[in-house]
Formats: sequence, structure tokens, C-alpha cells
Amino acid sequence: MSSKPHVIVIGGGSTGCGIARDLAMRGVEVTLVEQGNLTHGTTGRMHGLLHSGGRYAVADQASAKECMIENRILRDIASHCVEETGGLFVKRPEDSEEYFQKKLEGCKECDIPVEVLSAEEARKEEPYLAKDIDKAIRVPDGAVDPFRLCVANAASAEEHGARIETHAPVVDVLKEGDEVVGVEVEHESGPGKRVHREPGTREEIRGDYVVNATGAWAGQIGEMAGLEKEIEVRPGKGVMTIMNTRQVDTVVNRCKPKGDADIVVPHETTCILGTTDVEVDDPEDYPEEQWEVDLMIDTLKELVPIIEEARTIRSFWGVRPLYEPPGTGTSDSTDITRDFFLLDHSDRDSVENFTSIVGGKFTTYRMMGEDISDHVCDKLGVDAECRTDEVPLPGSEDFSVLRDYMDEFGIRSPIGRRSAQRLGSRTDEVLDYDGPNPVVCECEAVTRAEVQDGIEGSGSDLNAVRLRTRASMGNCQGAFCCHRMAAELYDEYDEETAYDAWDELYQERWKGERHAMWGRQLSQAALKYSLHGTTMNRDKDAATTDTVISDFTAFDTGVGASPSDGTAETAATDGGRRGGD
Amino acid sequence: MAIREDVIVIGGGLAGSMAALEAADSDASVRLITHKKSTLRHASGLIDVLGYLDEEEPVADPFAAISELPDDHPYSIAGEAAIRDGLARFDEAVGDTYQGDHTDTNALLPTFGGAIKPTARYPDAAAAGLASDSRDMLVVGFEELTEYNADMLADHLAAADVPFAVDGVELNFPGTYANDSRVTRFAKRLDNDEDVEYEGKTMGAREALAESVKPHIGDAERVGFPAFLGDDHAADVRADLERELGVDVFEIPMGPPSFPGMRLADRLKEAVDDAGIHISAGNPVIDYEADGDEIEAVIVDSKGREVPYHAEEFILATGGLVGKGIDSDRDGTVEEPIFDCHIPHSDDRYDWFDEEAFGNQPFAHFGVRIDEGMRPLDADGSPEFSNLRAAGGVVGGTDPVAEKSQSGISLTTAAVAGQRARERAAKREVSQ
Repeated sequence: MSSKPHVIVIGGGSTGCGIARDLAMRGVEVTLVEQGNLTHGTTGRMHGLLHSGGRYAVADQASAKECMIENRILRDIASHCVEETGGLFVKRPEDSEEYFQKKLEGCKECDIPVEVLSAEEARKEEPYLAKDIDKAIRVPDGAVDPFRLCVANAASAEEHGARIETHAPVVDVLKEGDEVVGVEVEHESGPGKRVHREPGTREEIRGDYVVNATGAWAGQIGEMAGLEKEIEVRPGKGVMTIMNTRQVDTVVNRCKPKGDADIVVPHETTCILGTTDVEVDDPEDYPEEQWEVDLMIDTLKELVPIIEEARTIRSFWGVRPLYEPPGTGTSDSTDITRDFFLLDHSDRDSVENFTSIVGGKFTTYRMMGEDISDHVCDKLGVDAECRTDEVPLPGSEDFSVLRDYMDEFGIRSPIGRRSAQRLGSRTDEVLDYDGPNPVVCECEAVTRAEVQDGIEGSGSDLNAVRLRTRASMGNCQGAFCCHRMAAELYDEYDEETAYDAWDELYQERWKGERHAMWGRQLSQAALKYSLHGTTMNRDKDAATTDTVISDFTAFDTGVGASPSDGTAETAATDGGRRGGD
Repeated sequence: MAIREDVIVIGGGLAGSMAALEAADSDASVRLITHKKSTLRHASGLIDVLGYLDEEEPVADPFAAISELPDDHPYSIAGEAAIRDGLARFDEAVGDTYQGDHTDTNALLPTFGGAIKPTARYPDAAAAGLASDSRDMLVVGFEELTEYNADMLADHLAAADVPFAVDGVELNFPGTYANDSRVTRFAKRLDNDEDVEYEGKTMGAREALAESVKPHIGDAERVGFPAFLGDDHAADVRADLERELGVDVFEIPMGPPSFPGMRLADRLKEAVDDAGIHISAGNPVIDYEADGDEIEAVIVDSKGREVPYHAEEFILATGGLVGKGIDSDRDGTVEEPIFDCHIPHSDDRYDWFDEEAFGNQPFAHFGVRIDEGMRPLDADGSPEFSNLRAAGGVVGGTDPVAEKSQSGISLTTAAVAGQRARERAAKREVSQ
């Protein structure tokens, strides 16, 4: 054991990864444990908006200011995760002029650069905006890839000596008296990267301090620590509906006080429509409902009419880990503050060496990480400055020019360009692949090199590879690439592992696709079903399903063999076997 | 000049082509109206009749299993004789490019997904891959392709306890290629036997391929390749490889673009041409004209101009959800867009699917219900029209993916629809 203080961070979302990086950079020994993949919880299930703060500029100016500050920092330190799309707050004729003015003033008060656009100007930028809009406010919203950002934070933490354990749910918080001394985790496949089918083991991880950064799951960890007062996180579910293409290239917000279905975020090759906000009891088990999907389309078509006729490819739900201090008593969850709270359980519950962080929002994850790291360092007597606001994340170092990778790596330029956008400054290292580098996922232009890099990073879990690379996230939803991604696992992993991973990915894709089952996407799903069912027969695969073939000789053994005696000798007769030869 | 035929078939896929061939087996004049490329390019080229009932074991004899299907199954409605008629018509159309007609028993073939599948007819090119053949097998894959890994596929076949030893090998396809070369590029290279560099020598692509495989053959008596061994000259490519390697060579059917599917489409096109069937390609049927329950003409949108095509009998072979013969909408609509034939379905689109990807999928059952003359039925169970028949994917009522009955249902419904249309058209001519 080193003499450095050891901090255990529970939760591999943006907050947890941000804290892990921050502490590791300050010289603290860090272990991060996450129950699923990185971003398993809320982080991986958001619309990917990099807030300018405009959305909070009227009701919550403190949050708005923080967003704008962090927005600027992320453009700098995480350039390969951010797309500077810009954003618009669009006012329709029926929307309040008074609110429009408040939004404008609010943005100015929060140092958010704004510009008012006439309807014509706005439509010139975004031709698919409704013809009858009044005007719009331009703000510096952006799009961010939350997974790439988390992975980059985790990678940086690892570079600074941190240990990252995914698929390691905490089963107990270890205590000695009133002191928290560590956690017990259950490795779903043994420590290290996740591998299917390896037996699970339990591990006690001891540390000097434990940070509970589990968002909507914070209450459950609090219970394990035996806190007398419950951590009252109020999970609010929200739907996000993914379109087949980018109907807009700018973030489009509705300029209204608050409401469901008021934002369209361009994200990679798609647009994401969001969202709803409904309080739920259990962050892992809540209904995913049809009305939510319909509401997205029926409401947002008022801003972008072609959405109604366009194709949606799937929907997914996320759970906001909203928190409000006891006694606030807000009845409507949309009114709960987006601010974050640091709950030091020493003060709150007389339980030592244990702090929870709740509430907050993705855009300010780094600032939250800084605050909590300051707090932890203070407790541990570590004297070190936060540097996460100035040191670029892995992938964003010295990467000012996106080169054309066509010649260099022998791939077509649109593919090379998109790979480079995803990989940032890691492009050279990843694409310089030894051997043929064919495209594995055509929808998202992901080559073997990138998939292999994903496998190297996350093991045999193809859902994690998907999140790292975007492979299988396009229009066909894995119809043409689930099996290809599985084939990439082989050699490193055995046949059984690869097929397990394939089946798991296939089912995961179906989970979200189900919410887009009409029109062209239903046709697409029928084609996928036919390819994997009729052509590949995976639904009746004798090696992986209940289907068995107990007697091969009962089947056709070829021309010249009688069906009943299909033995080796008969079947092996050659020459005359084939009628046409 | 007005266009008038005895029989018009709408849709040029497997069902449409076979229905047209059936209808044309007399003096009847037949016209085939096709719009887009055949969905056969997505299909494996295998002709499944019935692979599974609701049991663990695959069906060995589909004809013996038919009696166990529900009464409203298309096979139960059409009857066993119709299935045999459909297969016979198919066998005649494809000649010796297909095998399986020597027995009623299903064949078992490896798929590129690594599973073993029961099927009734298979391309000659796939024949040496039979899983009930106990000769040892080598599966070849290529680093330049991503569809399967040959070693993984071989291991997976072994995991299903196949009665032969199977090995896999991943090779580099001889010659140089851009990283993003498509499967068609490799097929072309073999088709034209283009010169490539192999181990410092220049030789034909076929020879070079054989040379690269040779060291890995071992005890294998047959070698499987991804199904891209040539396009127009596939039989020559395979024969050359077999001669060089001294063992049988077979293709493992693949997904789109599927050469076996495209070759079948070519073969059917030839048969349709040979049968003197008129073809109108490239324009969609958008509407119809009827007198009471009798259709008089279908309306073709010919680049904005609406052209009526008259006939005595019409066959709807526009496909299912994949071929766009069936449309659906967010509001819960499921419809057949040309004639608005009734398609039983729930109005709640969340009833259309099962939670499990391979669960019992209601959408897979979407399609028209038919009478014994293959006429689509309305909600009350009466024919929608007296002279409209349905064939292929547009016919619903069962899940052909789960059963492995997709092509068989196409052939069967096409046979009945074609026969009835031909007979009815002839009768009307006599009576007129």
C-alpha cells in the first residue's frame, strides 16, 4: 500500500469520473467503482446538450452562470467531445413576448452571449424551422458526447494512477463504528475489464474516504452505510427520442418558461428530441410509455414540422437525480432546483469519512468534481490545487486541425473524418492499425481499428464498445453490424463469450427500437428480424437457444444419399454427388 | 393504346415472379409490374418451406408437419398439393442451379451467423455445406471482410454438435484492396479472374485464392467460403477452386448484398422472359379502378402520368413490411396501400411487438388473410374483390421468420394465385 490517502468513488457517471480525475491529478490514490458500464446511469441517458445556461437564465441564474463558465472550459479541455452547434431559443406567435424579453435579459445578466434573430434570419440558419415562428435568440449551446467525455475522464484518472472498476456493484459499505472504511463490491466477472462468463468474485476495497456519486442511486448507498436520515433523491424520468438524421444542425429550444418536449439537440448523425419529467419511485424500474414518445413528436413539430413525417429510430429514458433539501416541499418535479448538494455525512449523520453528492447537471460535472475534491482534500489534509479546468482530456491535446485521413489510413474521407472527430488527438494511435481495416458499422462509419480500440478499453462487453465507438447506433440499429462487432471479439475472447456479447447487444438495441415501431423503422426492424432470424437462424440457434438437433441423419444428406442412412460413407461419395457437375 | 392482359401481377420478387410463371403456363397473357429492386438481394437464396413447429427439434419432413399447423395458416388454407406445386414450379424455373428436390426431407445448412438452419431447397453452390454430411469441413474467412470470423463460426458449429470436424481459417484475400472495399469488389475479381500478386508471382485471382487456402485444408474434404465466389460466372469460379483444391467447395449464404439472392433474381428474370411474360419495370402501382367488387384496372404512376393497366385477374405480390407491401403509421394504422385490403392488427402500436427481440412478434404476422383462392378477405371474412389474389409476403397470419417458412409460403401462395387467375381468366374469355 502506498502512503497516499486512498479515496473510493462510487459511481462511474460524469460526476464520479470527474471526481476521480480531479483527485488523481492532485496525487490522491483513487479507486472508482461502477455497477455497470461507465455512464450506466443517468449520464449515458441524456440528450447530449452542452448548456449555455440559456435554459436556466430566467428561473435559476446561479446555475445559468455556472453553465456558461463550464461550457467555455469544456470547449477547451474536451474539444473532441463537444460539437459547437450553437443554440436557438425560438419564439412562436403564441409564446409570451414578456418571457422572450426576460430570457434575453437573463442571458445578458448571466454573461451568456446572445443575439436576437428575426424569423427570416433564424430560418436561413435552420431552414426546417416552422414558417410561422416570430423570432429567436442565439446562444452558445453545444452538443456533447457524454460517453466519450466520461471515458476521457476515466482514462485521464487512470493515467494518474487511479483504478477503475466497472461492472462492480457495491454490495456493502464497510464501517468500523461510525467510520466508513471502504466498500465491498461484487465483480461480475472478476476484477479488471468485463469478460462474459467469468465467475464473479467479491472484493473488499478499503480506503480513507468514500464519495457517493451515484446520482439517482445515492439513497441506496446511503442505506448500506446505515445513515439514519434517508438521502431523498427524487428521480425524475425523461424520454429522449432519436431521429434518423439531423433535421437541424443547431440546438433548438422553445422559448417558454418550462415544459415537456421543448428541445431538439443535433447529435452526431441524429437529432435527439427531449423530454418529459415525471417523478418515479425506482430509478431502475419505471414505465417507458407511448404517450411520452408521441408528445415529443406532436409538440416539437410545432418548432420543426418535418419531424412529424421523419423517421425516429429509437427512444430511451433517463432518470434525473434531482434533490432538494428536506422541507422544501416542491410538488412539481420540474420546479426542483438543478443545483447540486454536497452532503457531508459527518455533519449530517455523524458518519465519518463519507460524503454524498446529489443533484446537479451534466454540463457542470467538472465544477462539481472540483468542489467535492476540494472538500475531500480538506478532510484528508491534502494540499493540492485543482487543474482539471486547464489540462486537456486525453483525445483533446494539440488537436487543432482535423486532417484528411483518406490517404494516410486508406479509408474513404468521410469515414476518416468521422473517426477523427470521435477520436480527436488519439486518431493516429488508433487508426494506425496493423492489417486490413474494413468498416464494421456502415451507418456510423466505424472501422475495425476503432472497434478493436473499444474492445481493448472495455473488454468483451459490446454495449460498452458501442458507447465508445457509436457502432450499431445508426439507422439500422445493429441489423448489419451486431454480428460483425461480435466477430471482432474472437481470438481475444472465445466463441461463447462472443455470442453472449452479440445476443446482449442485439437485445439492448431492440429495447429502444421498440419505441419507434411504425412506418419505415418498422420496415427496418422487419428486415433486421428477417436477417437475424431467417437468414442466420439465430432465433433457433442450436448452440445458444433451447433448440436442439439430436439426429442429423434424419435430414437431407445430399443427392445420391438416401435420407435415412446418411452416414459418413454415403455422404462422402463424391463426383456424382452433384447433379450439375 | 390501352394495356389489357389476362393477368397482371404486381411485384417482381420471388412470389410475383413465380405467380407470373404459374399464370403464364397456358395461353394467358401475363404482365408483371415491378417498381423497385427485388428484395431477393437481401435474401439468402435458400428456399425454406417449414423449419420449426413449436418444438425443440427442427422439422425433418415439412410435408408431414403441415397437419399440425393451425387452420388459418396459409399452408393449411392452400393445402399440401399447393406446396408441392409451388416447389415443382420453382424447380422447373431454376433448373440445376438448385438442389433439394430429390427428397421431401429438409436439409440442414450452416448460416453465416454460425447457426444451422433447416431448408428445403438450396443453391447448388451451397450443397457441399450440408450439416448432415459427415465429411470434415474447413471454413474460410477473410480479414478484409467483417461479416463473420471463420474460426468463431467453426467453433460455433462444433458447439451445436455437428457430425463432422470443423476448422476455420482467416486469410487475406489475394491482391490489394482499399480498406473499405465492398464484397462486390471481391466477387468481381474472381468473376473476371483478374491477375493478382501472390507470393511474388502474378496469377489469376482464383488460382491465388486456392493457393492461399491449400496449406490449411488438412483432413477437410470440403471448404466453405463466404457467398461471393463470383457473380455472373459463379459456377466457373467454384469449379476452378474445386479443381485446384481437390475438394468440394461451397458458399455460406450471407446477408445483403446477397449474391445467391441476386443470382436467383437473375434466374427468375430469365424464366419470366422465356415464358413471354410482359414486364413493366420502374413505376409503382398507386391505385385501381373497380366496378363493384371487380377490379378493372390498376393505375401505374408513370413519372407523374397515371396509366391504367387493365386485366381480368390481378395478383398482389408487393411483399410485407420489408418490401413495403404493408405500411404502418404512428397512429396505429396498418394498411395495404394499393387496394386498402384489410390487415388484422391492434390499433395500439405498442401491441405490435414483444419485449424480447426473438419473442413472439405480432408485427411478423401482419398481412392479408386469404380464402382458398388466395383472395384477400375483408374484416367480415368475405373476399375484398372477386378477382384479386395475394401471394408472398403480403399474406399474413403466421410468423414466417420463426417458422422458417418465408419462401415456401411465397411459392405456395404464388402457385395457387397463379393457377386460379389463369383458370378464371380463361373461363371469362370463353364466356365473353
